[in-house]
Amino acid sequence: MDRLPRWADVVLVPLISLLFAAIISALVLLAIGQSPVEAFKVMATGAVGSAYGWGYTLYYATSFIFTGLAVTVAFHAGLFNIGGEGQAQLGGLGVALVCLSLPWPHWTLALLAATAGAALFGAAWAAIPAYLQAKRGSHIVITTIMFNYIAAALLVYLLVDVLRPAGQMDPASARFPVGAKLPALNDIPGFDLIFTKPVPANVTLFVALGMAVVVWAILWRTRLGYQMRAFGKSEAAAKYAGINPVRITIIAMLLSGALAGMMSINNVMGEAERLLQNSSEGAGFIGIAVALMGRNHPIGVVLAALLFGFLYQGGAELGLWTSIPIEMRIVVQGLVILFTGALDVMVRMILQRIFGLFRSFKAAGVA
Amino acid sequence: MDALAKNMGRRATAAPFSIELKGISKAFGPVQANKDINFAVPKGTIHGIIGENGAGKSTLMSILYGFYKADSGQIFVNGQLTTIPDSQSAIRAGIGMVFQHFKLVQNFTVLENIILGAEDGALLNTSLSKARRVLRELAQEYELDVDPDALVEDLSVGHQQRVEILKALYRQADILILDEPTGVLTPDEADHLFRILKGLKDQGKTVILITHKLREIMEATDNVSVMRRGTMVATVKTAETSPEALAELMVGRKVLLEVDKGTPNPGKVVLSVENLRVRDEHGVERLKGISLEIRAGEILGIAGVAGNGQSELLAALGGMMWATGRVTLNGAELPLSGAGSDGQSRRAAGIAHVPEDRHHHGLILDFSAWENMAFGYHNAPQYQKNALFMDNDALIADTEHKMAEYDVRPPIPSLAAKSFSGGNQQKIVVAREMERNPDLLLIGQPTRGVDIGAIEFIHKQIIALRDAGKAILLVSVELDEIMSLSDRIAVMFDGQIMGLRDPATTNERELGLLMAGVAGSSSGAAA
Repeated sequence: MDRLPRWADVVLVPLISLLFAAIISALVLLAIGQSPVEAFKVMATGAVGSAYGWGYTLYYATSFIFTGLAVTVAFHAGLFNIGGEGQAQLGGLGVALVCLSLPWPHWTLALLAATAGAALFGAAWAAIPAYLQAKRGSHIVITTIMFNYIAAALLVYLLVDVLRPAGQMDPASARFPVGAKLPALNDIPGFDLIFTKPVPANVTLFVALGMAVVVWAILWRTRLGYQMRAFGKSEAAAKYAGINPVRITIIAMLLSGALAGMMSINNVMGEAERLLQNSSEGAGFIGIAVALMGRNHPIGVVLAALLFGFLYQGGAELGLWTSIPIEMRIVVQGLVILFTGALDVMVRMILQRIFGLFRSFKAAGVA
Repeated sequence: MDALAKNMGRRATAAPFSIELKGISKAFGPVQANKDINFAVPKGTIHGIIGENGAGKSTLMSILYGFYKADSGQIFVNGQLTTIPDSQSAIRAGIGMVFQHFKLVQNFTVLENIILGAEDGALLNTSLSKARRVLRELAQEYELDVDPDALVEDLSVGHQQRVEILKALYRQADILILDEPTGVLTPDEADHLFRILKGLKDQGKTVILITHKLREIMEATDNVSVMRRGTMVATVKTAETSPEALAELMVGRKVLLEVDKGTPNPGKVVLSVENLRVRDEHGVERLKGISLEIRAGEILGIAGVAGNGQSELLAALGGMMWATGRVTLNGAELPLSGAGSDGQSRRAAGIAHVPEDRHHHGLILDFSAWENMAFGYHNAPQYQKNALFMDNDALIADTEHKMAEYDVRPPIPSLAAKSFSGGNQQKIVVAREMERNPDLLLIGQPTRGVDIGAIEFIHKQIIALRDAGKAILLVSVELDEIMSLSDRIAVMFDGQIMGLRDPATTNERELGLLMAGVAGSSSGAAA
């Protein structure tokens, strides 16, 4: 098959996929008697039309960067980690335990400790499916899905029976001490000039961007990343090279789980300031779409996370300002996932045809 | 050679060719796989098509069998202009194809496989009894005897190939195309195949034989067409040419077919293997007590039909499979299972390994050439910048150096391994393993899918390593390669060594019998 030029593969394919998703979404909106143009205007204004909107979009994007990176790391080792959701919830537990354990003197210390706690708990939750895959051959897709349910159930139990302060009605932990409060973007000197109103986006955004760099460096600059990628491309070849499959499977899943867990410093510590039921709100699953769309590269993941942040925030605005049901947000997200994740091969094939035609015209012109 | 083609062209009106191609071109993107191919196969002849890997042989045959559509050009079958959009049309036009990798249903009987896709009605019985009758006739006519009720999975490779030929004949093929048919056969089975093909020819059928083995072309064909880089460079009468002339046409320059090597100068024992046994993942014993020794400065060649334990021998010694027995390298015992038995430990002990299957083991095809140059040696100190990071720059420089030394083309370290030709891929693997200066080199199928020019180069490197005093274990299904490179030959059959022979005093017939499990001295090992 003809190869696409790299720029077309990286830029054109996702853009055209998005365009398809937008067209179908518009048709759906027309079908329910709404104006697509109006809907898009509301989404764009609400998500990126103001600093306030950006504050939400970036907040969602922060979570998606973490979960997208989690899927990416596992993917390069040939593992499909669908358990980001459960690992993120356990990460939230880690954050809560750390934050509630001490009257933290300063947020920087609390952030460091909470990040470690989130990573540790997320990694621990991924360790069991990793062990089962590496040693027992239980398929990681199945086990990580099941572990999402176990995580949800475990958290309900902990929030209802263990972490809930006496007298509190809802299943949630106590509020975190003031010293563990992370500065939002509107609290940071310099940024407060842009973000004049309180926004949920907080310093975790910079942790997420930092992790994107770390993931890139691990994958493409270290021996571990080399071995993970080799193992992911070909298990048989990895065996020839003497790469230990058990070790790589477990390390890759620990890293993946740690990244998924770390998203909880964004929502649990940075926004809710206490552990709630279902704290991750599906961000673990969105991470799969983000990684797919971002072509499993940290830069792509950051960009795709921004797009999904936009969809999340824009979709919420739809519910607020129009009579379009908020469920439309899920329809649009579903279409974006469908086209960018599952159907991008179709787009690529169409483009290959077009580029092939273009080439033969050029060849004919030369001859 | 052009004169012959023209001559053939003139006769075309009188006696139509079985197949005639005019101006066939096919491009895959920027790659021109076939360029303006003109060639004709006279009826009732065996026509060889020879060329290096990637010369366009398979593409041309795929066009003929309806797998690809030519961008331009015409196909004439028996003088009739024909379009072949799919394989059904090819079969209707009387073209049958025997693929290199058989397309048989393993758990069907021979009869069921024969009628598959050619059933006459809703009830199988009528087709089956008709097929049984036809099969009996064909068996008598062409020495094509196969038990019609045997399950295909119980048949030897040679017999499975006969089923493929019978399938084509049952569909009344007049033109039979065989793609690399002898790759998996013993010399005896290959001889039998050529007898069958001669029989078909005598009955007026036309055979097209695609191969890269010059010997087979010389032995079996009437005419031969040579392809190079997508073009048909020559069509000649086999009787009027020589292997040297054909090799030169294939490569475009003079090629040394004989390996030029001096007498060996064996030193101390480097590798000693005693009673090596390996079970595969299904618990089947694949190595049944192998014992052998290799000395420094010596090449031990392992001959055998593919699948008789050679792969497991390499895997066990290379740390890819657990085994039992006793293996020592320079006197030190190597663990054969558990910790210390993996590929990393073997490399540390001084064993380099050019695996049989470079696509599945030797290379990560999506990795760049420089990433592949560290494969298996990614822990080597010279590739580390510090405790944390790999030194990619050093690795790229090292790759540039090795690419120059081993004449890898194109010499671009950042190019993905999958973008190199087979020969250049193999040179990357060979460069990586040989430049480690190992005490023992395991090398499997060193020239499989490699063009003649690169074969010459790789053979020279193997000899040079031997002359540098290294021990070499060579596994190859190409008997010519084993006979020309080895200082001693061990023949494997069914997980055992049937015998050791001196290449100077043995011959293909003797080795062929051993490969088929017919032992000269020991008994009870017959096939």
